[in-house]
Amino acid sequence: MAKDKLMDFDAALEMFEPVLGFEVHVELNTRTKMFSGAANPAHADHHGAEPNTLVAPVDMGLPGSLPTVNAEAVKYSISLGLALGCSIAPSSRFARKNYFYPDLGKNYQISQYDEPIAFEGSIEVELSDGEVVTVPIERAHMEEDAGKLTHVGGSTGRIQGAEYSLVDYNRAGVPLVEIVTKPIFGAEHRAPEIAKAYVATIRDIVLSLGISEARLERGNLRCDANVSLRPRGQEKLGTRTETKNVNSMRSVERAVRYEIQRQAAILAAGGTITQETRHWHEDTGSTSPGRPKSDADDYRYFPEPDLLPVAPSTELIEQLRAALPEPPAARRRRLKTEWGFTDLEFQDVANGGLLVEVEETIAAGAAPAAARKWWTGEITRLANADGREPGELVTPTDVAALQALVDAGTLTDKLARQVLEGVIAGEGTPQEVVDARGLAVVSDDGALLAAIDDALAAQPDVLEKIRDGKVQAAGAIIGAVMKAMRGQADAARVRELIIERAAQ
Amino acid sequence: MTDTTRISAAALADLLAGGEVSSVEATQAHLDRIAAVDGDIHAFLHVSDHALDVAADIDRRRAAGEELGPIAGVPLAIKDVLVTTDMPSTSGSKILEGYMSPYDATVVARARAAGLVPLGKTNMDEFAMGSSTEYSAYGPTRNPWDLDRIPGGSGGGSAAAVAAFEAPLALGSDTGGSIRQPAHVTGTVGLKPTYGGVSRYGAIALASSLDQVGPVSRTVLDSALLHDVIGGFDPHDATSIDREWPSFAAAAREGARGDVLKGLRVGVVRELPDSGFQPGVSASFRASLAAMEAQGAEIVEVSAPHFEYGVAAYYLILPAEASSNLAKFDSVRFGMRVDVPGGTVEDVMAATRDAGFGPEVKRRIILGTYALSAGYYDAYYGSAQKVRTLIQQDFAAAFADVDVIVTPSAPTTAFRIGEKIDDPLQMYLNDLTTIPANLAGVPGISIPSGLAEDDGLPVGIQFLAPAYEDARLYRVGAALEALLVDAWGGPLLDRAPALVAREGGAF
Amino acid sequence: MSEITPELVRHLGVLARIQLSDDEVGSLTGQLDAIVDNIAKVSEVATPDVVATSHPIPMQNVFRPDEVGDLLTTAQVLQNAPDAADGRFRVTAILGEEQ
Ligand SMILES: [Mg+2]
Ligand SMILES: [Zn+2]
Repeated sequence: MAKDKLMDFDAALEMFEPVLGFEVHVELNTRTKMFSGAANPAHADHHGAEPNTLVAPVDMGLPGSLPTVNAEAVKYSISLGLALGCSIAPSSRFARKNYFYPDLGKNYQISQYDEPIAFEGSIEVELSDGEVVTVPIERAHMEEDAGKLTHVGGSTGRIQGAEYSLVDYNRAGVPLVEIVTKPIFGAEHRAPEIAKAYVATIRDIVLSLGISEARLERGNLRCDANVSLRPRGQEKLGTRTETKNVNSMRSVERAVRYEIQRQAAILAAGGTITQETRHWHEDTGSTSPGRPKSDADDYRYFPEPDLLPVAPSTELIEQLRAALPEPPAARRRRLKTEWGFTDLEFQDVANGGLLVEVEETIAAGAAPAAARKWWTGEITRLANADGREPGELVTPTDVAALQALVDAGTLTDKLARQVLEGVIAGEGTPQEVVDARGLAVVSDDGALLAAIDDALAAQPDVLEKIRDGKVQAAGAIIGAVMKAMRGQADAARVRELIIERAAQ
Repeated sequence: MTDTTRISAAALADLLAGGEVSSVEATQAHLDRIAAVDGDIHAFLHVSDHALDVAADIDRRRAAGEELGPIAGVPLAIKDVLVTTDMPSTSGSKILEGYMSPYDATVVARARAAGLVPLGKTNMDEFAMGSSTEYSAYGPTRNPWDLDRIPGGSGGGSAAAVAAFEAPLALGSDTGGSIRQPAHVTGTVGLKPTYGGVSRYGAIALASSLDQVGPVSRTVLDSALLHDVIGGFDPHDATSIDREWPSFAAAAREGARGDVLKGLRVGVVRELPDSGFQPGVSASFRASLAAMEAQGAEIVEVSAPHFEYGVAAYYLILPAEASSNLAKFDSVRFGMRVDVPGGTVEDVMAATRDAGFGPEVKRRIILGTYALSAGYYDAYYGSAQKVRTLIQQDFAAAFADVDVIVTPSAPTTAFRIGEKIDDPLQMYLNDLTTIPANLAGVPGISIPSGLAEDDGLPVGIQFLAPAYEDARLYRVGAALEALLVDAWGGPLLDRAPALVAREGGAF
Repeated sequence: MSEITPELVRHLGVLARIQLSDDEVGSLTGQLDAIVDNIAKVSEVATPDVVATSHPIPMQNVFRPDEVGDLLTTAQVLQNAPDAADGRFRVTAILGEEQ
């Protein structure tokens, strides 16, 4: 793959204005699929199902099969539309998008075309410094996911060079809502940050609605980022690219930055941008060209004749509107107050995309400061080292349990970090890791005193110093005891016991 | 002893209920008849190898005093467009040769639950595209009245099976006349229900907004009895109508004995002039009208100015929907696969679809792809959908004035095999009278009106009623049927030439 | 009047994933031209004031409760597979990328 020339980001911004657009696919976590009664792999109960075990006739396009619409998925979609500030169409329709691909059982995708269920909305997106940007939403429509292809053979496991591919239709028919923004102007140098914050906000919204697991790394949330540049002062929009496969919030930010730099280099050199899809590569931090737009993109949309219009009643819409959770921006303001964080502390959490994690950890019993410390500190550090999202590593319940062990004196901070690693490594709950690894603080005074006596016997002069009032000399004994206890002792208690001993 | 193949399903059901005949005996008689004549007729693509077991089970249950449905134990032929778990389902196409469905079509499941005995799967034009059954990938079906002639299509197999006394009942599907036109050319009865009246689940889709499954039989009552079994709401089909339907058998019985023709307002379509029909067809039609009039029916001229656009609209909507419905036959999950050495999956799909589809299927897929493609949608598919509205308005206006509309079921009697096969446009015009019902979703029935005086072949008369009024068609159809059978001195099919049983049979 | 050309037919064959031979393209071009000339008359009456009908019986809001049903066993899923491996359908190499 030829390496792209990149222009310095600030220089690019001086010459060009970036215009952004996003298509985010949200997998809904209903019990069953969009158009069949098959269990939904995007529901928490069905993660990791064996291939082709969650398939009904229509999911694999069996002859004679017919789709039926999942009532719950429609309600979820309306709620999401409302949360995006959209109008709900009094009548919307499904349409067939026709194209051949082996992961598509019917060789058409049931989607919505000119009559989406939700349209014309906007959301407020908060940036790292607290600035709020309004992102205009064009539409949100219901559709179905495709199956999963695994490419076998060749060197990379990618589609290029593969000898054959295997198809699993478990994911085929998973309910999706596709959220499409209008062009976003005025992002300027904050474009990469807006991209990330937009996806984070969508994630916050769907999590607060409880309609998706919203795990980017699992594909519950998938973002295609459209980027185009136009020379300063030009009215006409530039040619855009659509970058796919960006499956973390960090990648969204990096991909947008990369495309701005890449396109700017081409345009500044007098070149032209090809309208195409591009693929984001997490490993190299770059995009590569995909399929150019062509007249083969003739999807021959037409109204899905097997399904009928969706015409939600005003009562239903108002009922769902009344049940909406508070909007993310308002929620942030409330949480900040409730948690008593400083601006900086709160932004640390929010910018890390950790609001939900911290909130759930607090709900599970941890103090706000402790919850914040774990998520923005050790867990984020470990996630970054691994190129993953903090939320993938550990659950809020486990973090709260871990902090409870610290609060109870069972674990020191240092031991707790070891336990965390055990939890992340899949060794079980914090308590299970403590038990299995024998990591608990030794709180048995008898054992500590035995170790103290050994240490004092080895350094008799220290006892004298302590008795002479030089209490800081106890440090040497503490160190020896901690070493003997392999760190599993509470240093403060050891100190107390040494002073007691010396006083005897 | 009674020849159980010659009597109606209703009469057979009576014998079964009375214990005079067992289902095994009746089923065996039909299997024997199939073995004797189907080598010539070729109505069946597959004959069940366990029909006798199914029949024996029904006999056992009956003997045990179990409450069985009104037509339990009666044999049934099933159009191959309907998927079945125990027999291959090919829809007449090579691309599905040997395909075994893991589930039964709803109508098949209901037929089984009602104790009907599936005899086998009947021949059809490939994916139900055709009016002659010549486009079956497995060879044509022949008309029992004249083996050189077509049995109609696409459901030529079901109609011929019934006409040749190989089965008393059959299931068909009707997208533009595929139940009614075969009934017309074989001297049998067939009804296309109100769209949504019978589940489409498990019917291999041709054109989703037009397809409807329905009964095929030799008498109106028999169709009604089968319709009672297969009809009604099915949650697996979103377009299925959720409502209570009256007993169609009761309607047919009422029509046969009562005076429903008295005062009945019967609409004749001004825009379908006699000149458009073969003289023998037209004459038979006029004779039926006169017979109804003599019983007190009022023949009224109605206007349906948009019927003439029906064929054009139909040949846009059908190919468009079919091009999408048939995309699933791609060699990945089921069906034929043609290997392309060194080729990509795209090459394999394209080669498979080239080899697996016959010429008419390709023609319609390409036509439908064109009608939907960017830049043409509004002019073609969009306009055709508007014609549907106009035809619905024609029907609404007419039904404000009349109880039923009546037309000849098709313009001509059975044509010769091969006569129109290279002229798709001529073939398409065959569906002129049947198509409007599919476009508007209203029910239609074809019953025999007699033999054409010019060629001695069967002619059918079609009645159309407003949506949901299928019972009215059974009532009126049974009334005219009773009149005509009376006048003929027996069923029309008694006049069909006897088929020569062949040594050893076909199977 | 119709605009059916061999090139268009070939393109439609690509869209419809049917590998048409030159002979087929030739005969289809002529046949489609005749058919399209004939069916194009729908536009004569399809004026802007006429609404389109996509379902013959007008209905709406037909939904299914969110309850599991109709699941096939993996054996049923794969029972007609032309080729399968590891519980999945096997296809030869794919040229184009996902949509
Ligand atoms: Mg998209
Ligand atoms: Zn989408």
